Amino acid sequence: MPELTKKERMKIPRQVMPEQNPEERRSNFKEVNLGFTEELAVMEANRCLQCPKPVCVEGCPVGVQIRDFIKLVSEGDFLGAAAKIKEDNVLPAVCGRVCPQEEQCEVKCVTGVKGEPVAIGRLERFVADYERTHTGIRTATVGAPTGKKVAIVGSGPAGLSCAGDLVQRGHSVTVFEALHEIGGVLIYGIPEFRLPKEIVKAEVEALKNLGVEFKTNNVIGFSDTVDELMGEGYDAIFIGVGAGLPYFMNIPGENYNGVYSANEFLTRVNLMKAYRFPEFDTPVFDCKGKNVAVFGGGNTAMDAVRTSKRLGAKNAFIVYRRSEVEMPARVEEVHHAKEEGIEFIMLTNPLEFIGDEQGWLRGAKLQKMELGEPDASGRRRPVPIQGSEYIMDLDMAVIAIGNGSNPMIQKTTPDITHNKRGNIVVDENTMKTSKKGVFAGGDIVTGGATVILAMGAGRKAAGAIDEYLKDPSVW
Amino acid sequence: MYKIISADFLAPDIKRFIISAPKIARKRKAGQFVIVRTTEHGERIPLTIADSNSTEGTITIIVQGIGKSTKEINSFNSGDYFTDVVGPLGHPSHIENFGTAVSIGGGVGAAISFPTAVALKEAGNHTISIIGAKTKELVILEKEMRDVCDEVYVTTDDGSYGEHGFVTTKLKNLIDSGTKIDFILAIGPLPMMRAVAELTRPYGIKTVVSLNPVMVDGTGMCGGCRATVDNKTVFVCVDGPEFDAHLVDFDTLMKRNNTYRDFEKTALEHFSCHTHQMFDAAVKEQN
Repeated sequence: MPELTKKERMKIPRQVMPEQNPEERRSNFKEVNLGFTEELAVMEANRCLQCPKPVCVEGCPVGVQIRDFIKLVSEGDFLGAAAKIKEDNVLPAVCGRVCPQEEQCEVKCVTGVKGEPVAIGRLERFVADYERTHTGIRTATVGAPTGKKVAIVGSGPAGLSCAGDLVQRGHSVTVFEALHEIGGVLIYGIPEFRLPKEIVKAEVEALKNLGVEFKTNNVIGFSDTVDELMGEGYDAIFIGVGAGLPYFMNIPGENYNGVYSANEFLTRVNLMKAYRFPEFDTPVFDCKGKNVAVFGGGNTAMDAVRTSKRLGAKNAFIVYRRSEVEMPARVEEVHHAKEEGIEFIMLTNPLEFIGDEQGWLRGAKLQKMELGEPDASGRRRPVPIQGSEYIMDLDMAVIAIGNGSNPMIQKTTPDITHNKRGNIVVDENTMKTSKKGVFAGGDIVTGGATVILAMGAGRKAAGAIDEYLKDPSVW
Repeated sequence: MYKIISADFLAPDIKRFIISAPKIARKRKAGQFVIVRTTEHGERIPLTIADSNSTEGTITIIVQGIGKSTKEINSFNSGDYFTDVVGPLGHPSHIENFGTAVSIGGGVGAAISFPTAVALKEAGNHTISIIGAKTKELVILEKEMRDVCDEVYVTTDDGSYGEHGFVTTKLKNLIDSGTKIDFILAIGPLPMMRAVAELTRPYGIKTVVSLNPVMVDGTGMCGGCRATVDNKTVFVCVDGPEFDAHLVDFDTLMKRNNTYRDFEKTALEHFSCHTHQMFDAAVKEQN
């Protein structure tokens, strides 16, 4: 094909990614998005203007060489493109699916100024899937062994990206995971229909092939403390345990049967596979024909409400105290939820849960809100409308208003400084904690954020750990 | 995978497992628990560590087969493997020399109270154990308790062994007869723990119970095990499992424990059916 002119490239419309139709998908757990075909991928890649200074890269927390991998896609060299992405991102099949590209790389895309930006996320996803299904995930090269040992606590996105970078630099890496499966929130939190677990497992296998050792059933803080790990000969430790302590709303009735934290509801369904009960032993509330409300407006709330629909809920609601504009969830997730029949009740806040004699949830007392002046987050503060209270009939409720930090490590390692919210305090350039040889990153530092930000923190820490291992006298 | 070194029935449906888990054996303290998952399809079941041997690298758990998962655990034998054993989890028991300490174990609760009874004795307490069971054949760990405690009493609901009545009957006798009790640890079914709490409340005797609600991860991540203690929500896995009995809202806890009752029935039926099929298949193969 002759070289396209800029004008010709600009004329190609943003390619639509095929997806399962909403009628069908709302009763199954198969992935919603089906991914580009080769033709669609090449067509989409041709929309990239190949800017001399690719500003899109500035928006990527791990600095993927976006322009260069897209050029390879446009040339049909999909495996070459995969290798290019892998230089900076160890989990492209995951990031291609769950990164908020519209706020990161794609928002910077020059093509997006007048039209729609290049679909960078969909291309990343296509390339990673192509490699996995055609040749298997090819492993990057590993540096000569340095003889240094690093312990990584937590096998979520921060830990995995840190492990990938360090093992490539020749360090011996052991990842400790509290649960029985590797992947953290990628396994217990994000549902199958958004991120198939086979994909996470394949990416973890690739890390194993590089030499990363994984130890499940190790709750650092209980099984071993950070100091004990140091005593076992680890030269550096990275803490990426996430924000694993769900917030409740502290309103009356929160302990009625049928009220869940999003973490519990999603863990039962995703990690423990309750949607396949009794083939799997763990049960979850029987949503069939029931009224379900999820309180919150983030991606986790969308995951929970769409899961309840798939479990058979008759009516599934999102109840959020601000308006749709302020919802932190990705636009794509909100769009998908609406297509699947989720009802959105905005500017509404629960005051209490109502239950029956046997302790089962029967409803919630809700109050309408209006938007006032902007608050500390820059979003307009919701203000209650007096006298607007009403009762909503409910059988199940899920609280998805975020997570605090799990105090296990801070409690057992007092010389790691944390702030009053319990988040570990680090130097933001090196991710060093107050304790020599110990680094931290991801949600345990920032509070609940995104997969890619956690991966970015893991990478940053890996760079600093590598420097520290070369010269431990510098701290 | 965690190897089962030995497995023997202490009473009908109550089985003792010694499991190879060197790290847990080295670290665990009285009152802590592990989470066991039998197979790749299994639930995560919290079980108190009844004993350990750090030289041998083993821990002991004692399991009563009630629902599907506990019955499945009890179908495992010496030489088999559990897919996952994680721990030690939860806070250890608070142990000090209180003076006279009573450990009360109802049913399989006797097993759960055993390590704390040992620790209380080692801390210098005059240690009394009350073991309660429905009937004679369900009395467990009597000999082990006698080896450790200064006084041991057994009660059975039907009077077939020991003293006729409940553990609370015996406890009340002790209090009424003037025994000065400084500390009580009560472990067993929720109605038993509540009865002990109500009995000791007017006397102001410090009473601790070990709660065993439904759990998933056991690390504070899901909040499924929440209970109301002193009008505040606690996560039993990371804030407990032991709490001041006089502050626990037992009513809510009992209701919450019914959340999955219907599922438990289905699971059990499915399990029995599956077990029968396996049995039939084995018979067929033999023929």
